[in-house]
Amino acid sequence: MNDVLWAYAAVLTGAVATYVWRFAGVMLAGRLQPGSAWVQWVSLVAYALLAALVARMTVLPVGVLDTTPLWARLLAAGVAAALFLGFGRTLLVPVMGGAAVLGLLARM
Amino acid sequence: MTQGMRYRSPRGALLGAAREALATPALVMVASFIGFGSLVRSVGLDLGAGMLSTAATWALPGQVVAVELYATGASLLVIALSVAAANMRLAPMIVSLMPHIRRPGVARWKYLLVAQVIAATSWFYGMRRCPELPEDQRLAYVAGYGATLWSATLLGTAVGYLAAGALPASVSLALVFLNPLYFMLLLLGECRHRRRAVAVGVGAVAGPALYLLTPEWSLPLAGLLGGTAAMMLTGGDGA
Repeated sequence: MNDVLWAYAAVLTGAVATYVWRFAGVMLAGRLQPGSAWVQWVSLVAYALLAALVARMTVLPVGVLDTTPLWARLLAAGVAAALFLGFGRTLLVPVMGGAAVLGLLARM
Repeated sequence: MTQGMRYRSPRGALLGAAREALATPALVMVASFIGFGSLVRSVGLDLGAGMLSTAATWALPGQVVAVELYATGASLLVIALSVAAANMRLAPMIVSLMPHIRRPGVARWKYLLVAQVIAATSWFYGMRRCPELPEDQRLAYVAGYGATLWSATLLGTAVGYLAAGALPASVSLALVFLNPLYFMLLLLGECRHRRRAVAVGVGAVAGPALYLLTPEWSLPLAGLLGGTAAMMLTGGDGA
């Protein structure tokens, strides 16, 4: 197969493999009630999954973040959390502040 | 934060959601997908393939996996299984959000279509806002929020592809780190709900710990562990 077709096949394969979960989610949710114990459990699993992903990306990143030391990422995350809790729980300033801390530490 | 905002109609909810998304959420999405766009270019894919990946997949971790595996020459079967593992979290997200937005008499294809624009951010805000909106506005809210972020990610992918290599390394790092920071703060904000706090705490500890033992299975396992612990440790005060 030529390279361009192969690239598009790889990308489409990823898209289909992702939509399968969305389709399954819609079908599975078909008869569930919002307040039921099953839905509560599944939503708690979803929050835990997202937390696990965020923690893994911060503590054990792959890709460019891998080039920064762990302490720098933890310090940046700590600054973002402190700004968030200290300044009325708005998101923009803490997110930018934390990212800027990591960017500055990476330049030193 | 626009929490508590009311809309006059489903159309108002759709436009209102678009306005709410066009702030920090869209900014973080653009920044995250700039990172993806530059990754696409660095492995030798063309811009069209990168845009197709974002438009049709719309879940960043799996997109990164697909592009990196393509670059290493992996088979389509390996790509399918690995991307499915990376994006599995969409199933519990959609199962938990759908019961809030589903109504009798609405055709199923509408839910299957809106599911395409449900990923972490639109799920998170859908879960937060839908319970307080009238039932007939919820589908419109999630659609407006998701479609706005979806457009933002296409923009980010294109900018990242075209600007690849032009950004200093420290700026690229900061852009890539915006995404985990943003979700960390969203989750921190949810910790006023006791059960969600337990789920988030257990998930955050178990995620990296299990990753050292079994990288492929660490996420689903950490999710099951955190969700089940939250269900068992804290009884009956709602999720």
